[in-house]
Amino acid sequence: MIRIDSVTKRYPDGTVAVDRLSLDIPDRSITVLVGPSGCGKTTTLRMINRMVEPSEGTILLDGVDSRQQPVNTLRRSMGYVIQNAGLFQHRTILDNIATVPRMLGWGKEKSRARARELMERVGLDGALAKRYPYQLSGGQQQRVGVARALAADPPVLLMDEPFSAVDPVVRKGLQDELLRIQEELGKTIVFVTHDIDEAVKLGTMVAVMRTGGKLAQFAPPAELLSHPADAFVEDFLGADRGIRRLSFFPSAGLELLASPIVAVDATAEQIAAAGAAGAPYLLVTDADGKPLGWSEPRELTAGEIKTDRLLSYGRPFVTGADSLRAALDCAVLSPTGWAVAVDAEGRAAGVVSQQVIGEAIRGAHAERRADAEPGADGGEIQKVAP
Amino acid sequence: MSELFDLPSDLQNSYFGLVGLHLREALIPVLAGLLVALPVAQLCVRVRWLYAPVLWVTTVLYAIPSLAFFVILIDYTGLSELTVMIPLAVYSLVVLVPAIVDGVRSVPQETLAAATAMGFGPVRRYVQVQLPIAAPAIIAGLRVASVSSVSLVSVGMLIGNEGALGNLLNSGLIYNQPRLIWLSVVGTAVLALLVDAALIGLRVLLTPWMPRATRRNARPLAVKEAAR
Repeated sequence: MIRIDSVTKRYPDGTVAVDRLSLDIPDRSITVLVGPSGCGKTTTLRMINRMVEPSEGTILLDGVDSRQQPVNTLRRSMGYVIQNAGLFQHRTILDNIATVPRMLGWGKEKSRARARELMERVGLDGALAKRYPYQLSGGQQQRVGVARALAADPPVLLMDEPFSAVDPVVRKGLQDELLRIQEELGKTIVFVTHDIDEAVKLGTMVAVMRTGGKLAQFAPPAELLSHPADAFVEDFLGADRGIRRLSFFPSAGLELLASPIVAVDATAEQIAAAGAAGAPYLLVTDADGKPLGWSEPRELTAGEIKTDRLLSYGRPFVTGADSLRAALDCAVLSPTGWAVAVDAEGRAAGVVSQQVIGEAIRGAHAERRADAEPGADGGEIQKVAP
Repeated sequence: MSELFDLPSDLQNSYFGLVGLHLREALIPVLAGLLVALPVAQLCVRVRWLYAPVLWVTTVLYAIPSLAFFVILIDYTGLSELTVMIPLAVYSLVVLVPAIVDGVRSVPQETLAAATAMGFGPVRRYVQVQLPIAAPAIIAGLRVASVSSVSLVSVGMLIGNEGALGNLLNSGLIYNQPRLIWLSVVGTAVLALLVDAALIGLRVLLTPWMPRATRRNARPLAVKEAAR
């Protein structure tokens, strides 16, 4: 465990970057430091590998003062990923990744073999091995940065706004990849970002810091969203924290209606039966059960359903895997106000109205209030994909 | 053909002997200048306020006429090659120091931070990261310094005939032989071009990592200014 014990960083000009910060960073999980610029989050990160020396206080690694070992030994035991990747532009991708193993004396062949293994792990095409950084896209460079940090298999990974400089689509891909890699490797990751959405998505624990280097709140993301410690945290979380909090409620409990679903080759009786169920719209699927679009029941004639006349169904949510937030989003986006639930194979599992989702949200909130009062261990709350 | 390159016997050298001598007298000072400029530039990078005064000193040194330099040096090093080469080495600093400083400073902050975070000590970081990335700028500086050095060597004729191809120019004037003058002037120009081409070749060889589009413009602005 990394224990930051009442650490202060004061610069010669009197600026206090970090003010008596204490934080216990749990092993094998992602701890996110988040806050506005100037809150001391990067300074805090850099004090862990002593790129910045604390003015007061100590940082303990598994109970041992981090100043006990030579500084470069300490740094080689911690992977470091930086904004814009900071790759060595004069070295090939493979040699970039092999940097720390080479310094640790692994030998050329072993280091390169390890680098190739890591390229695969972070989702880089092996054909890029002999390329130079300028030949890669920003997202690819950042993957190389992650691979380089992981090369010597350090127990700790420090990440300083690693995904801030890439576009949102690439960023989402990198975030998902990081979660996948973390699932496999179980590193102790300290992740700095100014993006609260990123913090909520990635963090097992989130430390919100305020200007002046003070800790505002240290909590699991779900608790952060449900019980912000003060007005600053609430403000920092943004206006839609209620909606975002729904990311932590599974959609599995939603009551899905299967009756308003008809196949494109349905008989007149089947259409009549579906229409009789009372739903204002019917969902038409193809022969495999994959959704095609909505239609009013009276527009459908057996045997001659025109798929190009159907109303778009928007984006479906995967029942069970996606959260209530995804389900609500689907319902809001759908022209009929009904969300389409699909199974893992993409076949329509049922449809659900906004009203039903709203009831589920109220029910989930009531349940959550009953068994997770503030201060209770919110870490057990299962995170589901937003 | 052989008559074309025949030289008066008082030069005591063949044409290509003079060319070799010229190269030696031009390039050894640049090399010496580089050896001095590297630590000086590194000092300027680390101690920021030093850079302005150092630039000022190199500029003042560059402004001293070579003749004045020779007069002072003759007391110590006599009528020798060394007396020619010392001023040339000093002159090269005005180009090399800013070239190296700009090159080293052009290394992105995040690259340096990443190197530090991976456990590079200051020496390893300088040798393995900063210098290689500064190489294109340093070589651009070397090109300017070498070409100017090749053209300046001829002045050495003034002190005990240490001017290599410059001596040939002098002979041409004395014996009123345009052929010798042409041999000297064209020889010097061709030599300068060849040295420049060799340095371009060296850069291409050393920097396979540079994007092709920027390779042609690798010469930083400050060096262009210093070259005038």
